[in-house]
Amino acid sequence: MIQNARPVIAAIKTMIDMFRFEFMQNAFLAGMMLSFVLAVVSFFVVLRRLSFIGVGVTHSAFGGVALGALLGISPTLTAIGFAVIVSNAIGYIGKEDRISTDTAIGIFFPLAMALGVIFINMSDQYNVDLFGYLFGNILAITRQDLIIIAVLGGLVLLSTVMFFKELLFVAYDREVAWVSGMPVAFLDHFFLTILALSVVISMKIIGIILVSALLVIPGAAASLVTRRYNSMIAFSIIIALISTSGGLIISYYADLPSGATIVALACLIFFVAFAVGKLQK
Amino acid sequence: MKHTSIDPKNNPKPIVELNDVWVAYDGKWVLKSIYLNCYTSEIFGIVGPNGGGKTTLLKVILGLVHPQKGSVRLFGDKPDKNGRLEIGYLPQISHADQSFPVTVLDVVLMGLYNRIGLFHRPDRRSKKIAMELLSHVNMADHAKRPFSVLSGGQRQRVNIARAMASKPKLLILDEPSTGVDSVAQEDFYELLAKFRNEQGISVMMVSHDIGVITSYADRVACLNVQLHYHDEPDSCFSTDITKKVFGEDLKVIVHDSKCATCYRSHQNHD
Repeated sequence: MIQNARPVIAAIKTMIDMFRFEFMQNAFLAGMMLSFVLAVVSFFVVLRRLSFIGVGVTHSAFGGVALGALLGISPTLTAIGFAVIVSNAIGYIGKEDRISTDTAIGIFFPLAMALGVIFINMSDQYNVDLFGYLFGNILAITRQDLIIIAVLGGLVLLSTVMFFKELLFVAYDREVAWVSGMPVAFLDHFFLTILALSVVISMKIIGIILVSALLVIPGAAASLVTRRYNSMIAFSIIIALISTSGGLIISYYADLPSGATIVALACLIFFVAFAVGKLQK
Repeated sequence: MKHTSIDPKNNPKPIVELNDVWVAYDGKWVLKSIYLNCYTSEIFGIVGPNGGGKTTLLKVILGLVHPQKGSVRLFGDKPDKNGRLEIGYLPQISHADQSFPVTVLDVVLMGLYNRIGLFHRPDRRSKKIAMELLSHVNMADHAKRPFSVLSGGQRQRVNIARAMASKPKLLILDEPSTGVDSVAQEDFYELLAKFRNEQGISVMMVSHDIGVITSYADRVACLNVQLHYHDEPDSCFSTDITKKVFGEDLKVIVHDSKCATCYRSHQNHD
């Protein structure tokens, strides 16, 4: 008995060991909070088939970060502005009959990146860790970031709960929802805004380029194992929690980049869910 | 205009009124000079070939498509005002979203969302109403099942329960027989007739399949960019108009005794 328990105790000890460092505490807390936000947002991203918008919006945050670096103000602040404007612009222009949302993303995504490169080129001082923003940096999460994640993430979750049934109806069939009196145009822009906010609060730990994966994978993997929306959300949250916490632990012990490890683990879970789904059939 | 003069004595006020409506996509007219009145308690069928503008016409009435020219009145008001809330709408069955993770009951509840209101979750009372609607369409036993596992005919019934949830005065149906076998189709149209007879609901439906529609519709019109009424054969199927509207490539609209006129006139014309 005691002998069997030894490796378990040893594992727990090293786990606790990991949390001696404040940056690991911060990273873990941030990861847990973001898991709930990204899981719920990805549920709607998958149902509305907006995966590519996720990619567009995440990259637009890069332009915002670079602008913050140029102006010498908080990159988070400028990234929020950039991402919210770009995602809503994609939604607005994509409504035109002649331009598909797909095309609108294909225009705004490189535009935001191009602006980002121009801003970096214009700024002489190089005091912002751009690579960290692109791919995530576990060491970068400060107490202040935790507060930003808690406030904005809480706002995203709370407002999503408030408009949940309307968002679900619009995802199910937007024209029927409109005829039934749902405020479809408002809900579209509302969703694009919370999508942008979720991206910005995730970029420090997961990275601009990698976070688009977590806007898709939890919802997509969950949709493979259930046919009910409440259990799909539950699975989505569990998958996001396992990915972020597991990814952080692995990245700590294997000395790997946190964002990439989290995304790789999430993808692994997706493939397992895919296999399970295939076997069930 | 002759087209609008359909029995105005019995039903003085039309619930849907289209006056000289024109719609173009990419510079091509898909609807030309449409005059249409739909009255209380009637089943109005619109048939016509694919690409003849049927879905567009329904979307004009729903306020989803804005015409370039002409006026649309829904219950005496513009369609994008509150008039649409008096409508139960069934779009064409889409095969894209078969995996949407909702139960049969969830789908019907959606029809009640507007009544439940923002920031409120469906309560026990709404669920009771939804169950009653499901039993009207004989689907109450399936309430807990995922919507995605149902057959085409069962989905149609659930969708009609969803559309009826808002207590509409008008049902608008786009190709309701797609993916529904003939027995289920007959049941479905019987159900529509029941709604009309018992609740005074009007039904407007479009289909490329004229067969069933003619036996249940009170009025039938043909749509191929322009609209022609079958109960005015003289005005609709004169060789002049046939030539102008259907041109050289008339292929469809030959389905029953009512339509034979237009087929023959075309043949004669050739």
